[in-house]
Amino acid sequence: MTHPIPPGTRDVLPEEMRELRAIGDRMRACFERAGYGEIHTPALEYEEVLRRGEERAAGARYRTFDEQGAVLALRSDMTIPIARVVATRYADAEPPLRFSYFARAWRAMERGVGESREFLQGGVELIGVPGADGEAEVVALAIAALDEAGLRRHRVGIGDGALYGKLLASLGVSEGAHIPMLESLSRRDLVGLEHQVEALGLAERERDLLVRLPQIRGGREVLDGEAAGGPAGRGPTSAALEGLRALHELLEQRGVADRVIFDLGLVRELGYYTGAVFEVYDPAVGFALGGGGRYDELIGRFGRELPASGLALDVQRVHLAQAAEDALG
Amino acid sequence: MIEGFSVAVPRGALFDGTLDLLDGLGIDTSEVRSNDRRLLFADVGIVTMRPSDVPTYVEHGSADIGITGKDVLLEQSHRKVYELLDLGYGQCEMVVAAPDRGDPIGEALRRLGRVRIATKYPRLAAEHFAATGRQAEIVEVKGSVELAPLTGLVDGIVDLTATGKTLAENNLRVVETIGSCTARLIANPVAHKLKAQQIDSIVERLRG
Repeated sequence: MTHPIPPGTRDVLPEEMRELRAIGDRMRACFERAGYGEIHTPALEYEEVLRRGEERAAGARYRTFDEQGAVLALRSDMTIPIARVVATRYADAEPPLRFSYFARAWRAMERGVGESREFLQGGVELIGVPGADGEAEVVALAIAALDEAGLRRHRVGIGDGALYGKLLASLGVSEGAHIPMLESLSRRDLVGLEHQVEALGLAERERDLLVRLPQIRGGREVLDGEAAGGPAGRGPTSAALEGLRALHELLEQRGVADRVIFDLGLVRELGYYTGAVFEVYDPAVGFALGGGGRYDELIGRFGRELPASGLALDVQRVHLAQAAEDALG
Repeated sequence: MIEGFSVAVPRGALFDGTLDLLDGLGIDTSEVRSNDRRLLFADVGIVTMRPSDVPTYVEHGSADIGITGKDVLLEQSHRKVYELLDLGYGQCEMVVAAPDRGDPIGEALRRLGRVRIATKYPRLAAEHFAATGRQAEIVEVKGSVELAPLTGLVDGIVDLTATGKTLAENNLRVVETIGSCTARLIANPVAHKLKAQQIDSIVERLRG
């Protein structure tokens, strides 16, 4: 006889639970030391409140009704609930504010590898620190937390989610052509993107730039190259690249510049990111361990204008990487 | 995940073209060519498999890059892999075909409001008919798709054809072309970042 549980959910038994708990505890201690107090919010929220944060409520798919018929949704991340908390419970608090969390979130499974319907996220949100200063703190903290968790070879990919769109706009590509091209980029279909670029009928140099940009990734040097929009201070992407260069400098001061990969093709699917975006990798695992970015408009939608950035790690995926690291000895 | 660098190579129609391509990159494929039972050739970083498994291995990172047909990628569009390059060989057409008498597909739509279609590409076929505003019942088959309309199982098929010879021999004709498919180079998203140099050098040499 079988009594199934939904695909993408799982029971965790003591041996695995002990290991997950140990990883979580080490990461939590790291966040606490950095001044990021842990907070918790309800798993169920009013759907219209989540939607205020982002149109799709960051992909919240599980809904139910309360006794009065109001629509409740299971949160799909912690960033939107924390934005709500900041604008309501900390409406007058002096920024910066620092929060961490270890909480379950729920999303419909997209059939991809490593996808879960229910997953445990450990992450941080840094509120009220604009620009590269905020981003450097968040990225360095994520790297440190993974060091604590026993990972050795992890890297953080850093890009700017708005970069490609800005480049298209600056080259005079019509607004209508943007969406299908950005969708190709987000699907990682660089062949399709190349066909779309060719159909625009641009000059050779501009066409090459649009085709090559998503493939440009590496160290500090990729922020200066010809393909990255020309010498510093010029070119259509210079503002975004200037931000990334500033971020690199701060990461160097923090001693973690060699742990990051600048990736001009990086995009994240969540709609609230406004600038820098992050993705965390480990060579032992074929998919990202987590991600994040800058979201300067999100908290404003709840009534308090504050710049912010954050990063979340999937604790189960971190565990996978850590187990592989152990196996290497 | 293999710690060196590994390539998923499709057996079947794309096999020879892919091995020629790898020869061109200076990878020694003689062992792979001479041994058609072995699957893993660790010393040269090659794993061989059926084309429809290539996106699975690459998505998991069990192979860093792979070669497979665009037909496979269209059918498995949920796989999170980079599609890096159109390799040009293995040219085929994805078509809708039907028995070569009258208009069975149009007839079924007019009189029964839906058409029955057999295919090995259920998602792709369903999307094609939905996108063209027609109701279709998709029947997934594993073997020779050409048989299905001949026995009255379906009104038409969606399948890949290179020369159209098999279709003609079974009295089927192409009624619509959905798209053209060639071999593609794909990469695991994490390998694409952490092994950027190896991947870029391969892409550059293949672009020629």
